[in-house]
Amino acid sequence: MSSLLKNIIRFIFFILVQAFVLDKVPPLHQYVKPIFYFLFILWLPFSINRSWQMIIAFAFGLCMDYFSGTPGLHAIPCLLIAYLRPFLLSILLPRETTEVSYAEPSIKSLGAVPYGVYILLLTFIHHSCLVMIEWLQFGDFVFFIGKVAASTGISLLLIFVTEMLFPRKAKFRTNAA
Amino acid sequence: MRNIFLFIRRFFNLLLFLALQGLAIYILVNYNKTHQAFFAEKANEVTGVINEKYNNVEYYFQLKKTNESLAAQNAMLLNQQRTSFENADTAKQIKIDSLLKDTLGLVRKYNFLVAKVVNNSVNEENNYITMHRGAQQGVKNGMAVLGPDGIAGRVILVSDNYSRVMSLLNHKSKVSAMLKRGFYSGIADWDGKDPQYIQLRGIPKSAQVKKGDTVLTSNLSGSFPPGLMVGTVSGISSDPSTSFYILNIKTATNFFTLQYAFLTDNLLGAEQQQLEAQTPKD
Repeated sequence: MSSLLKNIIRFIFFILVQAFVLDKVPPLHQYVKPIFYFLFILWLPFSINRSWQMIIAFAFGLCMDYFSGTPGLHAIPCLLIAYLRPFLLSILLPRETTEVSYAEPSIKSLGAVPYGVYILLLTFIHHSCLVMIEWLQFGDFVFFIGKVAASTGISLLLIFVTEMLFPRKAKFRTNAA
Repeated sequence: MRNIFLFIRRFFNLLLFLALQGLAIYILVNYNKTHQAFFAEKANEVTGVINEKYNNVEYYFQLKKTNESLAAQNAMLLNQQRTSFENADTAKQIKIDSLLKDTLGLVRKYNFLVAKVVNNSVNEENNYITMHRGAQQGVKNGMAVLGPDGIAGRVILVSDNYSRVMSLLNHKSKVSAMLKRGFYSGIADWDGKDPQYIQLRGIPKSAQVKKGDTVLTSNLSGSFPPGLMVGTVSGISSDPSTSFYILNIKTATNFFTLQYAFLTDNLLGAEQQQLEAQTPKD
């Protein structure tokens, strides 16, 4: 399957799962909200141009917004993590290889610890930005801290389960191709 | 000039980021003010179709509860019918006609449309409901939405076949409501904590409030007909800084299982608003 087709399927899949499965889960607590859709942006291939990454992330966030009811609310954090992603990847990518040899970020291509740091940081940034927008409209500081912490925890759990359930075959790209 | 182009080429990504971020913030701010963002109507039409497909499946899981609440409402309406009452003089039969203008001189004030709920959220900070009725079926902005058990929200966005409703479970939702005991009226809003409870503010401490008291819509509720069920009092706390209570209200509408709702509009509301707008400001 080509990378483009795979990512188009993922685009639709992540939005539908978020809108019709996770958003329908009965709420446990005000702070605990399962957010998971942004994994699409974390899994985008390395090879995409930075400008395109941001445009894709913006469109993706806006699509999510029209399902959840507040246009712009998800687009802002999605765009932010798409902008920060290349900086983080350039720090975390193994130094030995000068050119990138894997298609997209995964445990195999980055290594378990750098991949964990990559997921943790971007999840935290995404949630902080998302909750900050809500916080500016209503709520207090306890709401901000509590919701970011609780939602980051539950998102990391969901991402971990997803990585276990759907192991992605990391294709090694040889120079011969 | 050349330096400008070089600058743009060098910082193209940053500039694109800032431009897109600006656009996103513009959409967000604009939507929060007016509930109209670009593509909002078109997007509503598209997401409405997808939501309807999803709801076709989900609907079956709620059938039993939906039936129960509709049957209960039918029974309540049957009890109100003229034919349920015996007339003192049996020789005289009352006939009810369905003219817009009643021959008794009554003028229709509220007209009800039934609509299917195709999407409903309860666990966001601001919750919205999508209904399968739109401008082509006569839905207008600002119409009131009632579930079978009580009020549910207000229409904020209308496309051709779908409408978006701001549910009671929304930080921006404010509905005037009153206690059935004593007719004290206040404002009902939501603090975002629990989707089963909303808060009623502005009830003076002189009011006699007990747990379990009924809360109804009042005459000041705009497009909501007065006397509709909002919920029952489940907790009483007094605001120390003012002389008002903050009452915790358990909503009559069960937002988890809402499948059908009625849209209604105050047909005389436009005249009232027109008159209120003419009030001299000095």
